[in-house]
Amino acid sequence: MSDILTILWKEWKDTLFQGGWRAWVRPVLLIGILGIFEPLVGSKNNAWMNLSPIEMLVFLWFAFFVIISVVADSFAGERERHTLETLLASRMPDRSILLGKVVSVLCYGWGVMVVSLFLGAGVFNLAHAQDRFIFYPTDMLFFTLLLGLLVGTLGASAGVLLSLRISTVRQAQQVLTIGTLVLGGAVFALLQLLPASFFEMFTLDQILWMAAGVVVVLDILLLAYSILRFQRAKLILS
Amino acid sequence: MVEYAIRTEGLTRHFGPVIAVDHLSLEVPAGIVFGFLGQNGAGKTTTIHLLLGLLEPTSGQANVLGYDVRTQSDKIRARSGALLEYSGLYERMSAEDNLDLYGRIYHMSAADRRARIKELLVHLELWDRRKDQVGTWSRGMKQKLAVARALFHRPSLIFLDEPTAGFDPVAAAALRDDLAGLVTREGATVFLNTHNLAEAEKLCGQVGVIRKGKLLALGSPDELRFKKGGAQAEVVGRGFTDDILALLRERPEVASVEIQNGHLILGLRGESEVGPLVSLIVRHGGEVEEVRKGAASLEDVFLTLMEEEH
Repeated sequence: MSDILTILWKEWKDTLFQGGWRAWVRPVLLIGILGIFEPLVGSKNNAWMNLSPIEMLVFLWFAFFVIISVVADSFAGERERHTLETLLASRMPDRSILLGKVVSVLCYGWGVMVVSLFLGAGVFNLAHAQDRFIFYPTDMLFFTLLLGLLVGTLGASAGVLLSLRISTVRQAQQVLTIGTLVLGGAVFALLQLLPASFFEMFTLDQILWMAAGVVVVLDILLLAYSILRFQRAKLILS
Repeated sequence: MVEYAIRTEGLTRHFGPVIAVDHLSLEVPAGIVFGFLGQNGAGKTTTIHLLLGLLEPTSGQANVLGYDVRTQSDKIRARSGALLEYSGLYERMSAEDNLDLYGRIYHMSAADRRARIKELLVHLELWDRRKDQVGTWSRGMKQKLAVARALFHRPSLIFLDEPTAGFDPVAAAALRDDLAGLVTREGATVFLNTHNLAEAEKLCGQVGVIRKGKLLALGSPDELRFKKGGAQAEVVGRGFTDDILALLRERPEVASVEIQNGHLILGLRGESEVGPLVSLIVRHGGEVEEVRKGAASLEDVFLTLMEEEH
């Protein structure tokens, strides 16, 4: 665990929040859109605070987007900057390097989503002052946080896997962007193909649990495959 | 402490049809600076990768610090430090953070890390710049920091791959001095890959010469000079005609003949006498004013070995 924390510390210092105030532009901008702008202007009749499936999807997409925008750098960036070989020559275990990279981008993307979520609630209550404090429904908040974590893990695992195999950050970003569009389109097409009666068979909670189950399986498969693909010899030769 | 820091037997690595390391058998005693000499592409870097367990050998065995490179490479990396082809520094991080990171990787306590950062950066005269992003530093400063990083966790064995490559002579000499000082102080075994023969001559207690993956010679610089280079004689004078040079080349005790700045430089085999050669020169019309005899340099030895292989 301490090795994963060390990689987390390194990623934090080297990639995510290094370079002075510029490093804060992206997260602040994203939090500003979802945590301030949307609750202020995009919310009518408390709809924002209901965390309906549409709002939930916005948050999930947001976490996923943040993660895929930074994850390409994880290994491809180290390879480009010639720091990977030295890291691999250290005592750091394979799994800690890999999981440390996954956890660091996951914390970043999920963290931005969580901050936006709670800031949004505060901003909404300040802007649309009512006689009581309105908060998200507990079950929807739970599913948003859980699915955010799972979808984030999916993005982080897929990104790290691609970054392991692709030699430049730019290439990895391109493949990730195209892959995300294809995946999003496929999920949308699948949902369209399902008859309406299918959704009527289940409650929203059941559908969300099923979605969580599917994503957990994909997360496990991708992480296991990434661990399998992480071979020092191949990385050294790449 | 093991008697030998590194022991290899028939260590071989193929990359497809290319044999990068070819049946390498060597023993590196603990506590010395071992120079691994060879031209670019000779197999030096691949050897380091094999010894660190970063690459699997195609055949043969290697034992580093008492651990097998195939099955215990994690233990080898835990007890080694490495400065490889690139400095491997995180340029967006400060010097302090770069060292701190490697202290964390090797599970050093926070107090120990702080003390060690100060000790090494003060020694290398980098302490005042410790908060700067490394990317703003000169190449020489970065390389010094990379050396400090390789030594940071007090490893028993340090791999250095061409640490002064691409440096101007003054910067290379300065880094060499720093390196020599640190290595002596730390008492670690050093495996130094270099094609800089002056560097090897100055730092190394033992050297190995590699060409196309094959080990051509192994021993202390003095032993190699004696075995392979023999002595050298510099003859000051005039009238060193082509005929005289040709006659000298025919002599069995003469390994090489060349003119440098008007002086005749004779490479001698073993402990040959110079007297008969001087007589030959004088008999054929040459004038000899002075003869200086000395040992061949490591460079001569290296060049001789390379020629023998051709």
